Amino acid sequence: MEFNTAIGLGNYLTLAAILFTIGIFGIFLNRKNIIIILMSIELMLLAVNINLVAFSSFLGDIVGQVFALLVLTVAAGEAAIGLAILVVYFRNRGGIEVEDVSQMKG
Amino acid sequence: MTLASFAFYMFATVTVASALMVISARNPVHSVLFLILTFFNSAGIFLLLGAEFLALLLVIVYVGAVAVLFLFVVMMLDIDFVELNEGFLQYLPVGALVGLVLLTELIMVLGGSAIAPDMIAGGPKATTDDMTNAEALGRVLYTDYVFFFQTAGAILLVAMVGAIVLTLQKRDNPKRQSVAAQNARRRDESVEVVKVKPGQGL
Repeated sequence: MEFNTAIGLGNYLTLAAILFTIGIFGIFLNRKNIIIILMSIELMLLAVNINLVAFSSFLGDIVGQVFALLVLTVAAGEAAIGLAILVVYFRNRGGIEVEDVSQMKG
Repeated sequence: MTLASFAFYMFATVTVASALMVISARNPVHSVLFLILTFFNSAGIFLLLGAEFLALLLVIVYVGAVAVLFLFVVMMLDIDFVELNEGFLQYLPVGALVGLVLLTELIMVLGGSAIAPDMIAGGPKATTDDMTNAEALGRVLYTDYVFFFQTAGAILLVAMVGAIVLTLQKRDNPKRQSVAAQNARRRDESVEVVKVKPGQGL
């Protein structure tokens, strides 16, 4: 595989793969801090969006960008709901330790 | 190295570096600010791919709404982050292992699969015809994918209502307007006329 200075599809896919891995890694690294976990999920969704847009652009098919738009919508809704749950949880318990969430059941 | 490839490597480097800072910064406010930097540089990547509409949408929706929402919550909640970050390095080995396995898998998939050569040769194509990106997107979004578009709107509505319902606080004795009490007031029981001498207070 010769080194090509022109930016091809592989470059974008590699960037998205690295971003996705960083997102996964962030979830494991910050097990206690749910705010960072939510941000890691945003990073993973961003990686997915880069993949979709890269394929859309290289295939000349605009539909990929439509799906990226939908992913963007779901990401925004997820962030809003997640942070709202976080605020309610903080009001109930006075902290955001994720490990105690299982005590909330029932 | 052309300008486009230089721009790609610049945007990609800053994106990955700031994404690493998002997950490793001690202070969550710094994490949010690095997240904003990541989104800005991803918008640059989208611009290179010719998806101008999505690039600007990323700046408006993510930086303008989601990141600010994160910043609000981080600053609003009084959290002891030092205590929260105590076991920071405890999960490093298993996290690194999972991350490494995933990255290896992804690289193997990318390296093992052959991409059609005419796809790479063509380079990123902004739009097929002489339409702008936003126009081309709108033509598809409002015709073939209108159902998905409506569903996205419904999801946003549900998210909005859900967030409001979750965080709405019921107070014990809120101050509400009482129209009957307002109308029942008389002038002589609410206004008192006092003679004030000049140069003196009451």
